[in-house]
Amino acid sequence: MSRQANRGTESKKMSSELFTLTYGALVTQLCKDYENDEDVNKQLDKMGYNIGVRLIEDFLARSNVGKCHDFRETADVIAKVAFKMYLGITPSITNWSPAGDEFSLILENNPLVDFVELPDNHSSLIYSNLLCGVLRGALEMVQMAVEAKFVQDTLKGDGVTEIRMRFIRRIEDNLPVGEE
Amino acid sequence: MADEALFLLLHNELVSGVYKSAEQGEVENGRCITKLENMGFRVGQGLIERFTKDTARFKDELDIMKFICKDFWTTVFKKQIDNLRTNHQGIYVLQDNKFRLLTQMSAGKQYLEHASKVNFR
Repeated sequence: MSRQANRGTESKKMSSELFTLTYGALVTQLCKDYENDEDVNKQLDKMGYNIGVRLIEDFLARSNVGKCHDFRETADVIAKVAFKMYLGITPSITNWSPAGDEFSLILENNPLVDFVELPDNHSSLIYSNLLCGVLRGALEMVQMAVEAKFVQDTLKGDGVTEIRMRFIRRIEDNLPVGEE
Repeated sequence: MADEALFLLLHNELVSGVYKSAEQGEVENGRCITKLENMGFRVGQGLIERFTKDTARFKDELDIMKFICKDFWTTVFKKQIDNLRTNHQGIYVLQDNKFRLLTQMSAGKQYLEHASKVNFR
């Protein structure tokens, strides 16, 4: 009985390692293809965006959360439900701006960077930039234009990983011309 | 924990990313498949290192293949290999009837030549 349970957690750990290793191989390949770090960052963001626009559907189908009424609720859902579901971690939400349109997600440990070290010649590479793209893409599909960027990164020596999220505006559905 | 959907989406992006970057340079299908294979090689190497830390040494080739078909495939693709055939002279054919990386794709004939791209392991 206990052996079965062991296998269960072991295979879960392995599939998250599979994801981490695949992501690492992807970043390595991108660094080889593009000469400078800025291009790699942009590419990771674009890929993350494409993933995000599809991931949001899977998320909404599985999590049964209702419509969020304001940005604070959105932040809670992102941290407590979405991150938990897909990455198995629960970041904390801090540093709300006075207007309530900016906040920080603090990740104690980032599963994407297990076993990873940044070499010296890639100091401006934002390794986990895919996450920013995913957040941006997913929220755009639920009518919110946001900006996400890394403020602190454990790979660069900071204590925690911090993503700053800024609400830009609500996206109104534009009806095509001639359809009223 | 590193959910299935997330991995499948990442894999899709990976494949299309490699092909997009190839469009700007050489347009050879073979080169891209090699790139994907190399990525898969690195990932596979890392995984096996972690996975077989505590298992006993393998006795022979058949033992290795059985390990791949059962334990390894279950971990990576959540099921076992459906059929393993060999000619006992070094050739092994692994058959998976429901390959997880392809189940989400539509079954038309339209993009058949691109199907091989997905199998970068």
